Amino acid sequence: MHDGWKEKTMSEFHDPANVVNPEHADHHIITPKTYILVFATLLAFTGITVGAAFIDLGILNPVVALGIACFKAVIVILFFMHVKYQSKLVKMTVGAGFFTFIVLITMTLTDYVSRAWGLW
Amino acid sequence: MDNVIVATRSHTHEAGASEEHAHVALPQHRHHFETEQQQREAGTFGMWLFLLTEIMFFGGLFMSYLLYRNWYHDAFVVASNQLSIKLGAFNTAVLIGSGFFMALGVWAAEVRKKGLLVLFLVLTTLLGLVFLGVKYDEYHEKWEKHHIPGAHFDVSEFVNPHAYGIKEEPLAPDMAQKTQVFFSLYFAMTGMHALHMIIGIVLLGWLTYRAHRGDFSSGYVAPIENFGLYWHFVDIVWLFLFPLLYLINRHPGS
Repeated sequence: MHDGWKEKTMSEFHDPANVVNPEHADHHIITPKTYILVFATLLAFTGITVGAAFIDLGILNPVVALGIACFKAVIVILFFMHVKYQSKLVKMTVGAGFFTFIVLITMTLTDYVSRAWGLW
Repeated sequence: MDNVIVATRSHTHEAGASEEHAHVALPQHRHHFETEQQQREAGTFGMWLFLLTEIMFFGGLFMSYLLYRNWYHDAFVVASNQLSIKLGAFNTAVLIGSGFFMALGVWAAEVRKKGLLVLFLVLTTLLGLVFLGVKYDEYHEKWEKHHIPGAHFDVSEFVNPHAYGIKEEPLAPDMAQKTQVFFSLYFAMTGMHALHMIIGIVLLGWLTYRAHRGDFSSGYVAPIENFGLYWHFVDIVWLFLFPLLYLINRHPGS
């Protein structure tokens, strides 16, 4: 049995899912037209975020700036980085990365906020 | 039975490969992948795993910034107002342009246009260099004003802003010292970002050479595509650095 295993190379173990899995559909090529649209949107929102910084919105200034930054990051990830057209595995991997980052922020802040509870 | 992994009939490796996967003909196809798409997805997956570690790396810096900005808010406001929004916005546009050409480069490799691919990679590199040039200018200004944290750090513009024609409330000496925390984070974050760009530009030089040799214009796109992921990730870091460092402290007291 052991010898029989050794004789087979990796490619002789065939997983039908690798061929028929719809996730492995034809590779999608994003056209330059989409890229130009994304590029124009990113530039427009850069202008908007700079303009918003000169208007006094009080507490909303950082919220607006970070909201616009998040929006820009999402369209870069979806289109420039092709995640919109990737398999569920890649999408979940990307999601897991940002989720872990939010865990980092939340748990660290929980510690710092509660440490001096009532003293601020 | 779709998901069962079965050992196929014993046959020689070469005959089996051409029989079952006749559509895989590219020399870069590795024998341990069944299909080209599987190989490609594995590569993309691996690249994203690397980028996750990068998210956590920069994430720690962003976390520190968030915390210290809340602790030493007044110092962060006046120190942040030392940065030039004009240069920051210009650099943001330059970096978005660089990412745009990188994305077009991936497209050129997909449609196997060698000349366009080389052109787009060169444009990506040039805009990256423009970004670093502006960054050098900004760092140099900080050097001249003694705003680099350390023994020679100068707080006089923060304790006595009116003498320098700056419209800010003067800071108490102890809070004025905390502007060093802002500048430490500023140099750490933009410095690590710039280091990533320098590494990227070195890789771009190598990729441009290989693209010129014709390596990526016959269906082998993975190196271009995965480098593109890295380059766009570096862009995204800057998309957050720009508002956090340059913009959100514009209005003292907010």
